[in-house]
Amino acid sequence: MTHCHFRIDGKDIPFHPGQTIMDAAMTAGIYIPHLCHNPDYEPTGSCRLCLVKLNGRYVSACTRPAQAGGKVENQSEEINQQRKTLLQMLFVEGNHQCPGCEKSGRCQLQAVAYYVGMLSPYFTHFYPNRQLDASHPEMMLDFNRCILCGLCVRASHDGDKKDIFAISGRGIKSHLVINSPSGKLGDSHFNAHDLAASVCPVGVFLPKHKGYEVPIGQRLYDRQPISRVGDVAGQNKPAGRS
Amino acid sequence: MNRWSDIPLRSDLLLQYLIDIQQSESFVCPEAVERLSTDLSIPVSQIKSVIAFYSFLHSRARGHFDILFSDNIIDQMAGSRALLQQLCQQLGVEQGKPRADGRVTIDTTSCTGMSDQGPAMLVNNIPLTRLDRQRIEQIAEYVEQDKPLAQWPEELFEVHDNIRRADILLTENTQDGDALHALCEEGADTLLQRIDDSGLRGRGGAGFKTATKWRLCRQVQAQQHIVVCNADEGEPGTFKDRVLLQSYSAQVIEGMSLCAGIIGARKGFIYLRAEYFYLLDALHQELQRRRDENLLGERILGQAGFDFDIEIHLGAGAYICGEESALLESLAGRRGIPQKRPPFPVEHGYLGYPTVVNNVETLMAACQIASHGGDWFSDKGTRQSSGTKLLSISGDCHLPGIYEYPMGTSVSEILIDCGAQETQAVQVAGAAGQTLCQREFKRRIAMEDASTGGSFMIFNRQRDLLDMVQNFAHFFAHESCGFCTPCRVGSSLICNLVDKLYTSHATQNDLRDIERIALVMRHASHCGLGATASNHILDTFNNFPDSYQRRLRSSEYTPAFDLDGAVSEARAITGRDDAAAHIPGSSAQECEP
Repeated sequence: MTHCHFRIDGKDIPFHPGQTIMDAAMTAGIYIPHLCHNPDYEPTGSCRLCLVKLNGRYVSACTRPAQAGGKVENQSEEINQQRKTLLQMLFVEGNHQCPGCEKSGRCQLQAVAYYVGMLSPYFTHFYPNRQLDASHPEMMLDFNRCILCGLCVRASHDGDKKDIFAISGRGIKSHLVINSPSGKLGDSHFNAHDLAASVCPVGVFLPKHKGYEVPIGQRLYDRQPISRVGDVAGQNKPAGRS
Repeated sequence: MNRWSDIPLRSDLLLQYLIDIQQSESFVCPEAVERLSTDLSIPVSQIKSVIAFYSFLHSRARGHFDILFSDNIIDQMAGSRALLQQLCQQLGVEQGKPRADGRVTIDTTSCTGMSDQGPAMLVNNIPLTRLDRQRIEQIAEYVEQDKPLAQWPEELFEVHDNIRRADILLTENTQDGDALHALCEEGADTLLQRIDDSGLRGRGGAGFKTATKWRLCRQVQAQQHIVVCNADEGEPGTFKDRVLLQSYSAQVIEGMSLCAGIIGARKGFIYLRAEYFYLLDALHQELQRRRDENLLGERILGQAGFDFDIEIHLGAGAYICGEESALLESLAGRRGIPQKRPPFPVEHGYLGYPTVVNNVETLMAACQIASHGGDWFSDKGTRQSSGTKLLSISGDCHLPGIYEYPMGTSVSEILIDCGAQETQAVQVAGAAGQTLCQREFKRRIAMEDASTGGSFMIFNRQRDLLDMVQNFAHFFAHESCGFCTPCRVGSSLICNLVDKLYTSHATQNDLRDIERIALVMRHASHCGLGATASNHILDTFNNFPDSYQRRLRSSEYTPAFDLDGAVSEARAITGRDDAAAHIPGSSAQECEP
């Protein structure tokens, strides 16, 4: 296969035509912060955290095809500040109570926030009133943490072929909905082993009948930054599945 | 009244079916959703998500008369808010809630494209213009009497063209079919070259060269090609496409047919914004007339293989659908979410087919260029922006309406022509455009200078520009599609901060936050809506700092937490509103949660 090259922060990165900046960076072991991206699914570019500069112009790394000779700026104070602001937006949009959250320590939102040095949500909280869905025998959904990345929607559509999830509404009223007569997960064809159950980068999907199995302090991002250990979804993958 | 009853069920018509149901039932009931889900094999959740996306679709019953006041800043300046209050009072209605007897709902909506003859409203999708206290009283009476809209006096529904200055596009007489005859006689290559020679660039605002777009689309090998006329004229303050669709529709449709003949499309769509529903019948008639005259349909002008027909799709109240990739999503019956690019619509558009999406004015101009020649057009205008441009002029001036100017005309010349005096600011290109201050009035309307899709809103020195800023901030928070983080969250954060500023509770620190959010929206947003939604803020920061400074609290920082607001629920429960039930301090209103 023919390889072309582009540069990320001055470092030469090989790629083959068709790869995005993110694909090539991941292959080369370079971390570009992201939340809505998962290499198993078609990228959409909604969270915007993978904001980089390509030849001086802002683009999202997960959707922009790599370009031979292109100069990509990933690690700079200017970009980091903007990523921080984007994360602060996500933190105030939903209800993210890290200290009491079962996913603390293996939540990508939290881990990326640490990575970019976000110390507080800063903006005024929206405190949306979002209902829990505990109707399914094995899985609880806590929409308070949803960041509308659409990964469960894509996994259910492309992976599970079930179309259980969809994003409804518009603007700040956008929200995740379940495809079932009652709108409840328990009424849908959802199964706790569905791919859609393992892709959430935050803490919407909470398996029932267990909690805090891995103690705080020993969790995925407790000892190493996300730039080294990668995405939650990668760790969730059942053995044998690529 | 089902417009689609004679054709088999198509899932891409989901939005159109929903609009029909909404119009006949005043909402889309759960049974209808179930039925559509079964018939079209689309999940219920997906249908509900479409309903929740579009402002003009509802899952709960609206009033028998569904009244929406146009809420553009220009309507507001003409007194729309007071008229809304008057009508609510006279009919005993709370804004946004159907009256208990189900007779009427009264609410606001984004600009309805009547800024030259506002304040305006829509009653069951039909526009009423030039509202005043008298007309409101009249309307209240008819609503109380349950008088069918068809029996209301016709003058209430008059929509004027208000063409104040015509140049080549609006004066030159083209005979019906001239462009298509030219195409058949001279061939597609020659005609495409003619469009190229004219230098015509997209009139919607982006300014992409029309011939290049057509050529790129034509080059793509595919089963079929598509032509779309973008008649989703949603930019606040613009209404020139409405006039073209009302009085020049033959040329617009011929422009589409010309494009179809050149790129080899057999199918076309007019995506008509819901606010222009009242033009639908006339447009259908025009399509039929052209079919009867062999200017549309099969074997156009007797030419074997030249088959092209047009379907009209309605929008349902979503500004974002003016963005071409969102429009194509909407055309396919889905939520109007802008798509990533590449691929571009010319390669991968409507249902994956290579598609040309052009603005109404672009297609009309292309039709004229085909019969008059490239030079006829490029003799006007500047080197980079040839031809003329239609402007929709509204606000503080004596003669609001449509003005056709050669590209390169200065803002100050335009202000003189329309009788604007003591102008403080001109908002060029709508809410997403630029706010020009006096020292910039020498700038010219052109792609390379003050570029505009047509909106030109004038504000005199008596106006508080913060009214405009607040109006636009609410507009964008309402119209953000919600797909990407910066626009979804940023537009609402800005909206709340501007409200805080508006009620004089903001501090210097809040201004810094507004600016920080505005810049992230500009840099990081997924599409043009988010990238331009904060332009008005950044422009007014620079050009009109006093508008902000005089609203500031002197302190550096004021907490966002509103103590008095926090006990409002308790006040409501206990039914108290006396002084002792209030905590002295702030109460900044929040925009929609």
